[in-house]
Amino acid sequence: MKSDIELIDANGKRLDGRTNDQLRDVKIEAGVLHRADGSCYLEWGGNKVVVAVYGPREAVPRHTQDPLRAIVNARYNMAAFSVDDRKRPGPDRRSREISKVISEALEKVVLIDLYPRAAIDVNIEVLDAEAGTRCAGLTAAGVALADAGIPMKDIPVGCAAGKIGAETKDGKVSGGHVVLDLGKEEDNFGDADLPIAISPRTNEILLLQMDGHLTVEEFNKAMDLAMKGCHDVSKLQRDALINKYASDVEEVE
Amino acid sequence: MTKSTREIVIPSQYLGETSEFKAGSGTLIDHGKIYAKILGVLNKHPPYVNVVPLKGRYDPVEGDTIIGFVEQAMASSWLADINAPYPALLHVSEVPWKVEFGETEKYLNTGDAIMAKILSVDVEKKLNITLKDRNLYKIQGGHIITVGPSKVPRIIGKKGSMINLLKKYTRCRIFVGKNGRIWIDGEDLQVSNTVQAIRLIERESISYGLTDKVEQLLKSLS
Repeated sequence: MKSDIELIDANGKRLDGRTNDQLRDVKIEAGVLHRADGSCYLEWGGNKVVVAVYGPREAVPRHTQDPLRAIVNARYNMAAFSVDDRKRPGPDRRSREISKVISEALEKVVLIDLYPRAAIDVNIEVLDAEAGTRCAGLTAAGVALADAGIPMKDIPVGCAAGKIGAETKDGKVSGGHVVLDLGKEEDNFGDADLPIAISPRTNEILLLQMDGHLTVEEFNKAMDLAMKGCHDVSKLQRDALINKYASDVEEVE
Repeated sequence: MTKSTREIVIPSQYLGETSEFKAGSGTLIDHGKIYAKILGVLNKHPPYVNVVPLKGRYDPVEGDTIIGFVEQAMASSWLADINAPYPALLHVSEVPWKVEFGETEKYLNTGDAIMAKILSVDVEKKLNITLKDRNLYKIQGGHIITVGPSKVPRIIGKKGSMINLLKKYTRCRIFVGKNGRIWIDGEDLQVSNTVQAIRLIERESISYGLTDKVEQLLKSLS
């Protein structure tokens, strides 16, 4: 997609005033829902996401059960009012793909061998969308799983990097800046988007998708940036969980 | 017990080296290092390092006494909900009555509460429970409330101190199932006082001096 918008100026300032390696503001709160076993509310720039976790409980229908391990059912859903034009409710191609990749990422960190035949349901509701909802959803899901008391190897975290501001002349692409955490305009009119999710303790990659074109050097640079972003958000995840439960301890001192 | 702050730990938090400690419950070992695997309270009991869970489902263990609800009566067995991820099977050979084939509904039906014991848990986590033991029976009368299974040790207290306190003040009959279901029988007012006290324990389960707090509450209520 081509446009005349200048996504990044000569001083390296982006549309919303961020530098190329700066995240949007992230706010995380654990345990916000009463009925769910675990929950999390997350704001990431203009994204607003609520995640509810249920389980482990017996998987239904029966044929989905695995006699050796639990299955993780993530369901990513965008609210009708989450985007500018009304989004037709219900699962579509995009949200089914995201549900699948998030489920697979979460299965890598949850200790699923402990709960044969069970299912862990993760409901991700996107209330407000502004680019990077899959990373925001996965990040919130990690906190909600920990909040539900589910045994896991690590708290997964997602973050994206991308490329903006390239110029195309006679079919040749030149220039462009690799930046962290694309905003809405950058995502729509940028050149590439690279969302990843990692297990921050081991740096294992749980999810890696790419939209657009990057050279090998740009890809490596984007990966490094996104990794750094993941570790920053990971700290916020820990703080959210500890703050939620530490208050119970302090009361009695 | 020393009066230091209890530390909240979260999954993947580093707890120590295997050369220094032994990994207890709620922990996992990766490359010679011990990490927490659940959200909980750190409990260092040299040489063991444990994480006591704050939340989570009941994990059935053989020999636990639990309170279940019958979900379904089948030809020669019942299925019971015991607050675990899986329903538990109660076979007719495991009840104290002589049940004819197909007449299970005469003895236990959907919704009935039972005090049962876990007979076996296999690798697939298929659960069998039994009613054939002392103090196991079909529950009649009383009230049943549910708390988080991780709070059960606090409700019982050290050597039963907390539960004896509750019994002393409210004169209720109380039984705490390992799965977090609690059966209470007594005068209506006393039952509601007991429930209030239990909710207090549940809310402040990781605070110090909880027994005194509960005693204060019970005194003010009676």
